Amino acid sequence: MAPNSIHWFRRGLRLHDNPALQEAVRGAGTVRCVYFLDPWFAGSSNLGVNRWRFLLQCLDDLDSNLRKLNSRLFVIRGQPANVFPPGDAAIKKLAMEAGVEVIVKISHTLYNLDKIIELNGGQPPLTYKRFQTLISRMDPPEMPVVSSALMGCCVTPISEDHGDKYGVPSLEELGFDTEGLPSAVWPGGETEALTRIERHLERKAWVANFERPRMNANSLLASPTGLSPYLRFGCLSCRLFYFKLTDLYRKVKKTSKPPLSLYGQLLWREFFYTAATTNPRFDKMEGNPICVRIPWDRNPEALAKWAEAKTGFPWIDAIMTQLRQEGWIHHLARHAVACFLTRGDLWISWEEGMKVFEELLLDADWSVNAGSWMWLSCSSFFQQFFHCYCPVGFGRRTDPNGDFIRRYLPVLRGFPAKYIYDPWNAPDTVQAAAKCIIGVHYPKPMVNHAEASRLNIERMKQIYQQLSRYRGLGLLASVPSTHNGNGNGIAYSPGEQQPGTNTPATTVSSSTVASGNRTGSILLNFDNEENQGPSGIQQQQQRLGKTLICVSLFRLLHKGGSVTGKRDRESERDAEGEDDTLSTAHKLQRQIAEITSVHAASGNQSAMVIGYQIHIYANFMDTVNHYKSDLFFPVYFPTDELDEGHIS
Amino acid sequence: MSMFLFNRMKRGRVNIAAKCQSFSPTQSRAKKQKTGQGVFTLQSYAQDWGNLPHHIVLHIFQYLSLVDRARASSVCRRWNEVFHIPELWRCFEFELNQPATSYLRSTHPDLIQQIIKRHAQHLQYVSFKVDSCTESAEAACNILSQLVNCTIKTLGLISTARPSFMDVSQSHFVSALTVVFVNSKSLSSIKIDDTPVDDPSLKVLVANNSDTLKLLKMSSCPHVSPAGILCVADQCHGLRELALNYHLLSDELLLALSSEKHVHLEHLRIDVVSENPGQTQFHSIKKSSWDALIRHSPQVNIVMYFFLYEEEFEPFFCEETPVTHLYFGRAVSKDMLGRIGLNCPRLVELVVCANGLEPLDEELIRIAERCKSLTAIGLGECEVTCSGFMEFVKMCGGRLSQLSIMEEVLIPDNSYSMEQIHSEVSKHLGRIWFPDMMPTW
Repeated sequence: MAPNSIHWFRRGLRLHDNPALQEAVRGAGTVRCVYFLDPWFAGSSNLGVNRWRFLLQCLDDLDSNLRKLNSRLFVIRGQPANVFPPGDAAIKKLAMEAGVEVIVKISHTLYNLDKIIELNGGQPPLTYKRFQTLISRMDPPEMPVVSSALMGCCVTPISEDHGDKYGVPSLEELGFDTEGLPSAVWPGGETEALTRIERHLERKAWVANFERPRMNANSLLASPTGLSPYLRFGCLSCRLFYFKLTDLYRKVKKTSKPPLSLYGQLLWREFFYTAATTNPRFDKMEGNPICVRIPWDRNPEALAKWAEAKTGFPWIDAIMTQLRQEGWIHHLARHAVACFLTRGDLWISWEEGMKVFEELLLDADWSVNAGSWMWLSCSSFFQQFFHCYCPVGFGRRTDPNGDFIRRYLPVLRGFPAKYIYDPWNAPDTVQAAAKCIIGVHYPKPMVNHAEASRLNIERMKQIYQQLSRYRGLGLLASVPSTHNGNGNGIAYSPGEQQPGTNTPATTVSSSTVASGNRTGSILLNFDNEENQGPSGIQQQQQRLGKTLICVSLFRLLHKGGSVTGKRDRESERDAEGEDDTLSTAHKLQRQIAEITSVHAASGNQSAMVIGYQIHIYANFMDTVNHYKSDLFFPVYFPTDELDEGHIS
Repeated sequence: MSMFLFNRMKRGRVNIAAKCQSFSPTQSRAKKQKTGQGVFTLQSYAQDWGNLPHHIVLHIFQYLSLVDRARASSVCRRWNEVFHIPELWRCFEFELNQPATSYLRSTHPDLIQQIIKRHAQHLQYVSFKVDSCTESAEAACNILSQLVNCTIKTLGLISTARPSFMDVSQSHFVSALTVVFVNSKSLSSIKIDDTPVDDPSLKVLVANNSDTLKLLKMSSCPHVSPAGILCVADQCHGLRELALNYHLLSDELLLALSSEKHVHLEHLRIDVVSENPGQTQFHSIKKSSWDALIRHSPQVNIVMYFFLYEEEFEPFFCEETPVTHLYFGRAVSKDMLGRIGLNCPRLVELVVCANGLEPLDEELIRIAERCKSLTAIGLGECEVTCSGFMEFVKMCGGRLSQLSIMEEVLIPDNSYSMEQIHSEVSKHLGRIWFPDMMPTW
C-alpha cells in the first residue's frame, strides 16, 4: 500500500520550490498538508497584528492554491511546542518511536550552512567579506525544484467539516480587534509573492542597473516590489529569487558571471543564518560567544518612548510609527532607529530592540534580526563604531523636504522643512503657526544627541580597549594602553610594569604599536578574522547536528512578548524532562492518530491506526535556539566578570 | 580541573602521592619507574598541597580569577594566608550596579567590606565602574571615603552608562575624592571624566601629589574653571597627559604646560561640546601659544573631539593649529574641512561622522595634499564621489594605515564602479581593502 504522507508547513509557506512537499507526494497514496497554530496565544496580545494577519493570509493563500489541486490545508489548533518537543532531533526521535519516518529537505537557505562552516574550519565566518570569500569557493546554489503536476495521483482525504476543524481562522477568531484596522500594506501569500517578484525583476530590467539602489525619500516607503516579508515567511523561495536574478543579469548584461553584490539581500540573510546556526545564544548578550558584553542601561521608560514613537525626534518617531502601522521599514531606517536605541543615544540593550522588531517587523527572522541588531549596536562582527547615525541629520539628508515625517506624524504637518527634523528649535511663532507646540502636542527630544553621542562613543571605546587586552584586536587606543593590566587603560605607565596582575604587561602594547601611535584614534583596526587563531572561538560550542530542525514559525512569531517569553521557557523546560518528553511522545501519537482517524472514520481508508506509516516532511529551518547556556561561556571575549572581581 | 582538586581536598588533607595513585595506579607506577626521581622529590618536599611554598601558591594564584582564588582560599589555612598577600590586591575594579538599571552584577558587598578592612593599604590601581543609577555612584563615593590608609597610584571613576557621578551631591563627591587625594600622596593617573570635581579639590590634589601626577583625565567636569586647571599645570611638572573640555583650554594653560620646568607633554585631549546651538561662544587660542607648546613638546599628540553644530565652527582652524587627531561627531561644513586642509599640517588621523549635502571631493584632496602625516581616516555619512575618493587614495597611498568609509556614501560615477573601487584602492594601499558594509536587512 502506498504510504500516507503528512507535509508539515513551518516556514516555507509555498507550493513552488518545495522539495519536502514534493518528496511527500512522491509515491504516496494520500497527502495532508498541516500547519500548527496556537489560537490561545494570538488573542492574548494585540501586538503584532500585522504579523498575524500576514501569516493568516499566507495560510489562506496556501489553502486556496491547494484547493486548485483538489487538496486542502489542515490548520491544527494547538501549540506545537506542546504537541512536539522543541528541537528537530527530538521531533525526529519521537516520530521514529511512533513508527514515523521523517524526511528533511533544505530549501530555506541557498547554501548548506554546514558546508560553509566546514569550509571555514568548523566555525561560522564572522565577517561578511569572509563569508563572501567562502561562498565564492562553493558550487552555486541548487536550482529550485520544478513542480509540474504537483499532486500527481496523490489524494487528500477531506471531511465535510474540514472548514470548521481545520480551516484557516480569521483574525477575529484569534481574538484580535479588527475594527479600524487599516488594510494590509503587505498582503501575505505565495500568489502575491510571485506577482511581486515579476514586478521586482521588471523594474530591475527597466533600470538595467544592478548596483544597490541609492536611498532617497521614496525608498523609505513600502514598495510594491519589496520581497523581504515573503522571503521571511517562505512565500517566496530564495532559490527561485536567486536564479531569476541570475537569468535577468545574464540577459541584460550579456555576461555570464554576475557579481556577488547582485544577491546582496539574499546573501546577508545567508550570512546571519550561518553565524547563528551553531550558536543557540545568538539572540542574547550573556553567554553568546560572539557578542561583546556592553554595560547597557536598563531603562524601561526610555525603551517605551522609543517603541511607541515618543522620542521627540521626528525622524525616529516617524520610522517607528511606520513600523507599527505597516510592519516594514527601509533597512537604513532600521539602522537609524537601532543606532538611536543602542550605541547612538539611549544606550539600551539591542536585545530589547530586537524583541520590539520581532513583534512588529514582518520580515523579522530570528537570525537576521538578532544578527543585525548585534551589528548595528557594534556588539559583534567587527565593524567601526566611530560613526552614529544622527537622528536629525540622517533623515534630513535622505528626505530634505520632510514628507516622510508628515505622512507618519500628521501632528508635525504644519512645520516647514527647515524645522521638521528638529522642531524644538523652531521659534515659538513657527510652532504656533504649525499648530503644534513642542512639549505640548509633540514631545521634546528625550536626549541631547550631541551629549549622548559624546558619552556613548567614549563608552564604546572603553569597552573595546578593555577587550583588546584580551584579544589583541589592534585597537588604536586614545589612551595609553593597559600596560598595568587593570583593564581601565588609564594609568600612565610606558615601560613601567606593575606586578601582581594576571596579564602579561606587554601583550597589548605590541598590538597598539602597530598603529604607529597610541593616541587619539577611534578607528578600529581589527585583525583579519582569518589571522585570528581559531583557538577559542566557539570551540566550546557544541556542534549541533544539522539534523536538528526546529524554530517553527510559531516560536518566531511569539518570542517578543513577556507572556511568550515565559511560555517559551516553560516549553523548553517541558522538553528537558524525561517524563515530559514521554508525554509529548504520547501527545504526538495522539495528534497523529486524531488526524488520521478522522479520515479513517470518514471511510476513505482502511483501518490502519496501529503501525500506521506516516512520513512527516518539513522544510529545513535555520537555527536551533533551545539549548541551555551552561554549555557555553564567552570564549571569544572572555568575561571580565572572572577577571575583575566578581564573586558569586 | 583545579576546582575538582580543591573540592576533593576540602574533605581532608590528601597526600599527593596517594592521590596520584588513586587517579590511575598503573600510569602512576609506570611514571615512577621512568621519572622516579621527580616523584620522589615532590613527595619529600611537600607531602600535600597545603605545604606548597607560599611563593608557588602565590604564583599559581596570579593566574586565577578572583572567584577561583576565593574558593581556593577556603581549602586550608596556608592557602588562605596566600589569598591575603598584598601583591594580589594591588589592582581592583569595583563594579557597582543596581538591578533596576543594569544587566551586570555588582562586586559583592562582603568582598568590598573585606577589601576596605584588610586590603585598602595594598590597593594601587583602583577603578570604579558604576551604572547610571545615582546610588551606585554614591556607593563608589562611600568606598572612596573609607580608603584612608591607601597608597593609590591609579584611580578611575568610570560611568558605564549615564554619567551618574554628576547626580551625586557635589559635597559628598568632593569629600570622598579628597580622602584619596590627601591620603595617597603618590597618585600618578586619575580619570575623573563627567564628575562634579571642582577647583578646591584639584588644589588638594596638587598639594599632595604634585610630584607624582602624570595623567589627568577630566573631560566634562563643569565645576572646574580655567584657573583650577591652570593651578594643576603650574604645579605638576610631571604631567604628561591631560584631557579636558575646550572651555578650560587657555593660552595661559598652554604656556604653563610649556614651561622649562615641565616635562614634555605627550597627550592633550580636548572635547569641544555645545549644548544648544548658538548659546556657547567659543574663544580662540593664539597661534603663539600653540607654537610654544609644540616647541616644548614636539611629539605631543593633540586630540580634539568636536560635537558642534555646523555654524559653531567659525573660531576653529582659522590659523595654523597643531592638532594631530580630529573627530567630528556631527555634521561639518565643507568650509570647515577646507580649513583643516589648509591649517592642520600635523594631522595624523581624521574622523568625520557626517557632512552636509554636497560631496567632499576637493576638501579630501586638499587634505591629502597638505596633511603629509595623515595615516588614518574614517568617513561616516559623508558623500564622496568614487573619482574623488580614488584621487584622495592615490595621493595618500600606502601611508594610510586606516581607511574607513561606508559603502553607501560612495557615489559611483562614470570612471569607477564599486567593484573597481575595491580593486583600485587595494592596489594603492598595498593591501586588500573594502569599504565598510552595513547589512541589507
